[in-house]
Amino acid sequence: MPSANIQVSETPLVLYALRRADDALVLGHRLSEWCGHAPMLEEDMALSNIALDLIGQARELYSYAAKAEGKDNDEDKLAYLRDVRQYRNLLLVEQPNGDFAQTLVRQFFYSAFADLYWRAMMASRDTTLAAIAAKSEKESAYHLRHASEWIIRLGDGTDESHARAQAAIDHLWAFTGEMFEVDEGERGLIHAGVAVDPASLRGRWLTTLSDIASEATLELPQNGWMQQGGRVGRHSEHLGHLLSELQSMQRTFPGQTW
Amino acid sequence: MVTVLERDSDLRRRAWDAAASVVDPEIPVLTIADLGVLRDVALAGDHVEVAITPTYSGCPAMNMIALEIELALERAGFRRPKVRTVLSPAWTTDWMSEEGRQKLHAYGIAPPRASNSRRALFGAQAVACPQCGSENTELLSEFGSTSCKALWRCKACREPFDYFKCH
Repeated sequence: MPSANIQVSETPLVLYALRRADDALVLGHRLSEWCGHAPMLEEDMALSNIALDLIGQARELYSYAAKAEGKDNDEDKLAYLRDVRQYRNLLLVEQPNGDFAQTLVRQFFYSAFADLYWRAMMASRDTTLAAIAAKSEKESAYHLRHASEWIIRLGDGTDESHARAQAAIDHLWAFTGEMFEVDEGERGLIHAGVAVDPASLRGRWLTTLSDIASEATLELPQNGWMQQGGRVGRHSEHLGHLLSELQSMQRTFPGQTW
Repeated sequence: MVTVLERDSDLRRRAWDAAASVVDPEIPVLTIADLGVLRDVALAGDHVEVAITPTYSGCPAMNMIALEIELALERAGFRRPKVRTVLSPAWTTDWMSEEGRQKLHAYGIAPPRASNSRRALFGAQAVACPQCGSENTELLSEFGSTSCKALWRCKACREPFDYFKCH
């Protein structure tokens, strides 16, 4: 029986777009899991709105990846018909929601990075990537502000909220190193002026984190051992469970449309 | 005598007017022209191609708007109209027409204010209540009933209201 998974020809450009798309989709899906469960109605709406922005960004990036690949794939196939090993997202974004603090710390780490990343990508020589970045940058600025305000409230809040926020930071820190890693293919795109060199963002990312953490009376861990693997398809156990829900309709009724 | 050129510009005007009559399904007092979502209407023979730009990447109203444009053009006698989405330049609330801002205000939504404070924490900006005009207002949530709105409350008249965010 033929595999239900699609094959993707991962040229450096296709892979580059896929990695960003997978980050946005997986994180967007995680946030959507809060819909109907957030601690208050306003937050329920906020997290769902941010999820919507991220899934919108993912759609643009998947469409571009499909176009760059030039085969039979499209945004839906890329999202619904790749198995867990074919996903290229950061391990950070697939981590479970945990408590509210864990969700917001994950969001804070990612948004502080994405905000810088999109702003830098606006200067890409690839006009489609530059256009997607210009759109996403406006959205990520709001996401970062939202997460930052929550980190301050939680960290500088009660003993309980402080302890939970600190525990989330300590737990998720090891997944942040991957954001700054690039492989050889991506290095080529950086030299060509297409991709962003994430190493150039690390200093400003750390400054954002430490400014907010200090206002929140929280401690950032000293640089320690970092977990990797998401960018090449080696994922934590959590992603498979996430995809089984995200893809269940297409897997059950292949090709169905609304 | 009507020249071909005049006929074309007349046709284009008709196509533009038809497309510009489409309203935002979430905020039906605003047309897509008021919003700045309608970017271009081009004629190729008797086919029309309309370019729109999304407000937010994930705005679910865009599919609906594209469908409504096609219907409006067909009703105006244009066959097989096409709608394409352009991302660049990225949409901004600066493109909202003055008329659009007034319509929003009359509808009970505070119109966007020119702002460069998207990165300022605990937003210090003042937004006037669309009901009573007081600037004694507070932000309840940065994210409201749609992607483009935030939820505010007036401390003078105690009414909650939507604020159309700067973007």
